[in-house]
Amino acid sequence: MPDNEKQLREVAEKLLIDKKVDLIIGYEKGTLPLRTRPTFIREPEETKRLVWNSRCENNLSFYLKTVKEKVGIVAKGCDSRSIVGLIKESQVKRGDIFIIGVPCPGIIDKKKIEDILDGRELLEGVESDSQILLKAEGFEETLDKDKLLHASCRSCRHRNPVLYDTLVGKEISQPQTDEYSDVEEFASKQDNERWAYFNDETSRCIRCYACRNVCPACYCPQCFVDQSLPTWFDRTPHLSDTLIFHIIRTLHTAGRCVDCGACSRVCPMNVELRMLNKKTEKDVKELYGYEAGTNLEELPPMATFKIDDPQEFIK
Amino acid sequence: MKEKIIRKPQLGTWLEGLRKEYEIWAPVKKNGLVLFHPIESAKEIHFDFSNTKKTAKDLFFPQSEVLFSFRGGEIEKKADMVLEKPRIILAIRPCDAKSLALLDKVFDSEDYQDPYYVERRKGTLLLGMACTHPQTSCFCTSMRSGPFEKTSLDLLMVDLGDEKYLVEAVTQAGKDLMGKDGSFEDAQEKDRERLAKVKKQAEEKIKSKVVIEGLEEKLDKIFDSPFWDRVHQRCLGCAICTYLCSTCHCFALLDERVNSLEQRVRSWDSCMFPVFTLEASGHNPRISNRERIRQRVMHKFNYFVKNFGETACVGCGRCIQNCPVNIDIREIIEEIENEQPLPS
Repeated sequence: MPDNEKQLREVAEKLLIDKKVDLIIGYEKGTLPLRTRPTFIREPEETKRLVWNSRCENNLSFYLKTVKEKVGIVAKGCDSRSIVGLIKESQVKRGDIFIIGVPCPGIIDKKKIEDILDGRELLEGVESDSQILLKAEGFEETLDKDKLLHASCRSCRHRNPVLYDTLVGKEISQPQTDEYSDVEEFASKQDNERWAYFNDETSRCIRCYACRNVCPACYCPQCFVDQSLPTWFDRTPHLSDTLIFHIIRTLHTAGRCVDCGACSRVCPMNVELRMLNKKTEKDVKELYGYEAGTNLEELPPMATFKIDDPQEFIK
Repeated sequence: MKEKIIRKPQLGTWLEGLRKEYEIWAPVKKNGLVLFHPIESAKEIHFDFSNTKKTAKDLFFPQSEVLFSFRGGEIEKKADMVLEKPRIILAIRPCDAKSLALLDKVFDSEDYQDPYYVERRKGTLLLGMACTHPQTSCFCTSMRSGPFEKTSLDLLMVDLGDEKYLVEAVTQAGKDLMGKDGSFEDAQEKDRERLAKVKKQAEEKIKSKVVIEGLEEKLDKIFDSPFWDRVHQRCLGCAICTYLCSTCHCFALLDERVNSLEQRVRSWDSCMFPVFTLEASGHNPRISNRERIRQRVMHKFNYFVKNFGETACVGCGRCIQNCPVNIDIREIIEEIENEQPLPS
């Protein structure tokens, strides 16, 4: 990882010096232990702020929707697939961006760390190749990074960026993952049990819309929740309205969501709706043989019609 | 001697006695979150926490509140009684209690008294729990508060370790709550010594210092500065900072229909949402995150100071901990101090 970080900084610096891009979007160190955050760099000497580690969790591609400059963007596997999606949907021009691809073995989930610390505040985290040392008051433990990965990273099948202008470091191995095992297990439960789960999760939602705002696939100039003629949703977070918001957002991103996990990571209330997104992803794959963001040619199935599209729902 | 001691095993007995008259709200841990819930027994309370995820403001200024209902132009039902039973909020942190003093300036002022808020405030006793383990993101000592502050509290409890809480009455109402139970003993000299030690340790743990002297005047000078172009870039424009803030209080008044009844509802709103200032003409004076972040900082550190004489921030650090892109208000304030005003 440290070698990749050094190379990343060199690549970014050269891009700015050669004026190939006006802006670099990458990650920098945050103000809390083990936090990184998006950073916007326009001067070559500032590229030494860039970091690359197992906590680079934000999907930076969503900033591409609003930047007007020529951009060099740091992209992990999932981020590169979001970028492919944005290019396909004409939200970003391929020629306006320079993709700095970074192979990613997975991101550590801060919420898992909080669970382990059980109320203690994390004071320091020290990463090594495969492990991480966590320090809190009266607590010090070294853990395998594998055990702390975010759920989306555990089922990831695209650790290497699918589209890039340059690759930092070498491609990494892609282990076989049974990416839908948790979805299948969940889908096998009774319907009232599944309904109860989604209602319970949704009951905590405070409608902050962080999940929607952080999603690269959500770029409608006017989101359906903000419409007032007609008003689809009350401002009051009635459970039914809130659940429908999440279900509809899942449907709007069906076949377009790359399971980067950003939505579940940003949620302050630990609402876990990834099952919904993962299920629609599985359905789209089974029905249309399509996986979001893997190539620039295939259009998303919800945006096209082919005569041989499956029609088993017509009985 | 005002200070008393209650041993931890006795807490349940005391609360059981109080439950006859009061509905008790305390921190409960569920789904990895510590939030205030009404409790039936002391066993449900989760004491091992730095602060609750959501703030105490929810209990006085709920996310959604029906003000009145009407049908066919006639007001059918005013929400006349908000609290069925008087309440106790147990283990509220001093920063959250201070935030209520700030919200009082808005909702219970000389000019305006919000009856829903006021009834809740009058009907609720606040039993604070001193912060013996502040977080690295806490900066309450810079914001006229502190881990052992007593503003707005009726009682302050301090975990002395050794299975004991020291309890200090701050108001007569707090004193009366203790008087009703034999679980309390007088505090000894060694307890007071321990209290002083624990307080000093806690205050020293708060390393984060933020200077608010001169901030209001400085903000007046840099309203048009390119500083704001740098600050807003990462911002998602979600409502996490505003909804989880102990002092943010913007709201929307909307008419909503439930079955055939119309309700006028007051709900939380966020200045970070684009639609917050969207006008019927389609014009939006705060067209981007740049203007909106500037607004948030100005409201808390400039406009509120002008209107009410105090900064609308208690240094609880929730915005710092929960912002998905780690926007840090302490950094912003420091950058403001360093920013050169534009030549006039």
